[in-house]
Amino acid sequence: MRELLELSALELGAAIQKGEASIAEATQAALDSMAEHEGSLNCFITQAGEEALARAAALQAGAKGAESPLYGVPMALKDNICTRGVRTTCASKILGDFAPPYSATAAERMAQAGALSLGKLNMDQFAMGSTTETSFFGPTRNPWDTARVPGGSSGGAAAAVAARACWFALGSDTGGSIRQPAAYCGVTGMKPTYGTVSRYGLIAYASSLDQIGPIARTAADCAAVLDAIQGRDPRDATSLDAPAGGLLSSLTGDIRGMKIGLPADCFGEGLDREVRAAVLSAADVLKARGAQVEEFAFPLMDYMVPTYYIIACAEASSNLSRFDGVKYGWRAQGYEDLTDLYCKTRTQGFGSEVKRRILLGTFVLSSGYYDAYYKKALQVKALIKGAFDQAFAKYDLLLTPVSPTTAPRLGESLTDPLKMYLSDIHTVPVNLAGLPALSMPCGFDSAGLPIGAQLIGPALGDGAVLNAAHAFQLETDWHKRSPYGKEAE
Amino acid sequence: MKITTELVDYISDLSRLRLPEEEKAAMAAELETIVTYMDTLNTLDTAGVEPMSHVFPLKNVLRPDQVVPSAPREELLGGAPERDEETFRVPKAVE
Repeated sequence: MRELLELSALELGAAIQKGEASIAEATQAALDSMAEHEGSLNCFITQAGEEALARAAALQAGAKGAESPLYGVPMALKDNICTRGVRTTCASKILGDFAPPYSATAAERMAQAGALSLGKLNMDQFAMGSTTETSFFGPTRNPWDTARVPGGSSGGAAAAVAARACWFALGSDTGGSIRQPAAYCGVTGMKPTYGTVSRYGLIAYASSLDQIGPIARTAADCAAVLDAIQGRDPRDATSLDAPAGGLLSSLTGDIRGMKIGLPADCFGEGLDREVRAAVLSAADVLKARGAQVEEFAFPLMDYMVPTYYIIACAEASSNLSRFDGVKYGWRAQGYEDLTDLYCKTRTQGFGSEVKRRILLGTFVLSSGYYDAYYKKALQVKALIKGAFDQAFAKYDLLLTPVSPTTAPRLGESLTDPLKMYLSDIHTVPVNLAGLPALSMPCGFDSAGLPIGAQLIGPALGDGAVLNAAHAFQLETDWHKRSPYGKEAE
Repeated sequence: MKITTELVDYISDLSRLRLPEEEKAAMAAELETIVTYMDTLNTLDTAGVEPMSHVFPLKNVLRPDQVVPSAPREELLGGAPERDEETFRVPKAVE
C-alpha cells in the first residue's frame, strides 16, 4: 500500500485501469496516510472517508477501459470550491456550516472524469493570507517541518499532496495561492490562464484574478487535471471560448530551441541566497535540454505588490458584501435592527485579516480616494500587462523564483501584514496579467525545506509551461522526494 | 497618507463592520503602513494610460434566452439562519 502512495496520479490511474490496484485499495492507502499525519498537520476541514470508500466501490466496475487517465484516483478540494450538500466553509466562522445547494463546475468535471474526493482542505480564511494561519479551523503545518507553515492560501491542499494523503488537489490562485504553497511543500502547482477554468462555484475573493488549478506531484499530473477541468462554461461569463483538452498528450519534454527569459529584477535584493542558487540551477537544467536562457530587464517589480493589493482588496470588499447573515451562513445573536444584524454578524463572523482587506478595499474605492488608489492601480495594471507583452515578444517562457524565501515558521508572518504581502512579489504579477504559471520543486535549502521555481507563459501558453516543467522533471527527481522518504526506505 | 480612527470609523460603517474601540487604533496604524506603501505607485507616471479592468477583451457575453427551472425554494431556504415557510426572516426594516 505504501508503494501506491509514491505513484503519481497518472501512474496510479494506469495501475487502476490495468487492474494492478483497486480503487478501494488506493482510497484506503490515502485514508491510512491521512489518519497517520492529520493530527500533526491539520490539512482537512472536512474528511469524507466513508463517502470516498462507497464511491470507490461504485467506480470499480468502470475501471477497465475508462477514458479518463485519472479515473478512480483519490483527490481533495480546497474548501472554497462549492460541493453540493457537503459543507464549504472558506475556513471561516461565517460559513462554518454552509452546505451549498450546488457544486462548482470544476468539482463536477473532476467527478465526471471519475476522480473521487476524500474531503475539503484547509486554507487561509476566504483565501486571504500566505500561510494558512488565518483559518478559523486552526493552521495547517508543513509536512517537511511541522514548526513551519505550508504557505497559503491553498496550504491544506499542498500539505495533503506532499503528505501523501491524496494524489492531487484542486486549489485556487488569486495572487499565488496555488504556486507558493506548492513551492513551500515540494509539490507541483499550476495557475492556468485566466478564464480557462470556470469560476462557477468558486467562492469569490477577487474575481478578476481568481482561478482554480491543480496541485499534484508532477507537471504531467497537472496537465491531466487541467484537461478534465478547462473549457468554456456558460455559467461563468468570464470563461474563455478557447480550445480545451489535449495538454497531457502534447507533453513531449522536447524544449530544444525554446527561449526562456530570466527577469533580472526578480533575482536582486531580498531574494534568499539558497533560493537564487536553486532557481538558477533549474535554468541550467533547462539549458542542458536545449533551451536558450537569457537575462533581461523587467523594471516594474516595485509596483506589483501595491497594485495587486489595491485591486484584490477592492474586489474583495465588494464580493464579501454578500455575507450578511440573512440568506445562508452564520448569524450573530442579540441584534437590535437589520443594520445591527449585518454589523454584528460580519464583525464576529470574519477573521481579522479578512476585515483588514475589506476595510482596505472599501478605502481605495471610497469617494475622494478612488482616483488616487483604485484607478491608479488599474492604470499600472495596464503597464504591467504591456511589460509582459514585450517580454513574450522575445521569449517563449519566463523563469523566476516562486517566493523570496522557503517556508517561514508559524507565527512569524501574522504580526506584520505588510511583510507577508511583500513575500507575494513573484506570484502576483502573473494574476494581474491573467497568465499561466507553474511552480515546480527545484531543490532544498540547508534546513531541508523545499524550494520552488516558477515558469510563466503567455496567455493560453499553458501547454508550453507544462512541457518545460515536464522536461525539467524528466531530468531531475526533486518532485519525487517525500517528507517521509527516510521512514519509507 | 494619514489614517485616523475617524477614517477607520467611516470605512467600517461603509463596510457594515463595527470594530471594538480597543482595536481601532491598531487597525488605523496597520492600514496607514499599508496605504503608505501603496503610495509607491505615485512615483510612476501613468498620464494618458487607460485603466485596465480586464486583461482579455471580453464584452457582452450573450447566450440564447432559454427558460430553465430555478433552484428549488426549499433547498435555497434550507441554509438560512432564520426562515418561515417561503421567505428569509429579518428584523423589521421599514416602519
